[in-house]
Amino acid sequence: MEKYLTLLSYGDSGWGDELLQGALVTISIALATLPFGLVLGLGVALASRSRSRIVSSLATLYTTVFRGVPELLTLYIIYFGGQILIQKIWSGLGFSGSLSISPFLAGMVALGLVLAAFSSEVWVGALNAIPKGQREGAAALGLTRGQAFRLVVLPQLIRVALPGLGNNWMVLLKETSLVSVITLQDLMFIATRANVSTKEPFLFFSAALLIYLVFSMLSAWGIGRMEARANRGYAR
Amino acid sequence: MRWCEAPGFYVGHEVLERYGCRMADGLWITLKLVGISSSIGFVLALALALLRLRGPAPVRYAVAGYTTFFRGTPLLCQLFLIYYGLGTFRIFWQDVGLWWFFREPLYCCLLAFTINTAAYQAEILRGSLQALPRGQIEAGRALGLRPAAIFLTIEMPQALIIGLRPLGNELITMIKVSAIASLVTLFDLMGATRVAFARSFDLSIYLWAALIYLGLVEIIRRVWGLMETRLARHLAMR
Repeated sequence: MEKYLTLLSYGDSGWGDELLQGALVTISIALATLPFGLVLGLGVALASRSRSRIVSSLATLYTTVFRGVPELLTLYIIYFGGQILIQKIWSGLGFSGSLSISPFLAGMVALGLVLAAFSSEVWVGALNAIPKGQREGAAALGLTRGQAFRLVVLPQLIRVALPGLGNNWMVLLKETSLVSVITLQDLMFIATRANVSTKEPFLFFSAALLIYLVFSMLSAWGIGRMEARANRGYAR
Repeated sequence: MRWCEAPGFYVGHEVLERYGCRMADGLWITLKLVGISSSIGFVLALALALLRLRGPAPVRYAVAGYTTFFRGTPLLCQLFLIYYGLGTFRIFWQDVGLWWFFREPLYCCLLAFTINTAAYQAEILRGSLQALPRGQIEAGRALGLRPAAIFLTIEMPQALIIGLRPLGNELITMIKVSAIASLVTLFDLMGATRVAFARSFDLSIYLWAALIYLGLVEIIRRVWGLMETRLARHLAMR
């Protein structure tokens, strides 16, 4: 028992501080991906409702592709593809030497593209839930389409979309564990490395699981609070 | 030329031709992994959903804990805990005669995927069963049906209509996440593609793999569409 506590302790002999550091990286990449993915998702949702056939079918193509391809594969394509692309641009500009793409950035882009595809479905549902009269009322008040969207539709949209977006967040939080395979030093990566150097996989993967579980439960609680707050004006 | 080399040959993609057969074998492993774990998972989920809804209080809490745990943590971490973590208790597994199971990455994957998808499917089934109006069960009782008959002939058919779409989405999710099997040395479709990339450094092989996964997902969506029409045929006039 004492051996295990030492292994999990803070400091040189234990992995406690490293695990927490990794947990921080996990949270950071999830938080960094969130705004990017949600805004892109809203854009895709708006595009799929566009009157232009081409724009709306492009949006459908986007969601079909990123919802159908394994996240791990997307991650590899972005990471290795980004690497090749950057290298091409770098040598194209006449520089020598090699450049590499950071795993954090590659992970953020890959997870963000996937999140955008999934959240766009939520946004579409929420957009459909806003009665047409709201836009018409805004138009009657003389608001431009942009103003109507920003001042009338968006505030209502968030309330309707919140449960779905909350789910998207929970999925994203767990998906960040995949970024460990392109050597981002997140919680999963640290647990794997601790396993390699101590040969105590059961201990470290259990510890990582527990930390993920705490994050999930905290998120569920936080989302519940946000939903309650968003619904405060509505009788149940 | 074997059939699995044909696609690469006809599109003139040398790497796809050379690794086509490996990828076909990989696809077969992916299908096996997903097919077996999803079907065993469904049976487990049914039992879990029923226990969650109708079991005694301690069992209900235990099932709730199970679903929270497996839905709240990454499958990758669960898989590593089973494959690497449980693998360390070799002496114990040898004593109970289960070492053949925990030694094999394929079985570890199947175990991890099954208990994970069971948790997700259980929540879907619970929601679907809960969504049925009480009157349905009461009417069944009034007709003098036994609880088992009520469940099989009244509740399940209707719950499946409600749960069909989310269950299909869960199956699609399983196909996608099964790619992590490649991280515990299994050569599923993803694993085979990784080998092809590592030896050829041709990134487009990943795009071909993506296309195959997309095809799988599309097939499931079509089949599910057909099943939905069939199950809900009596509601078709809406």
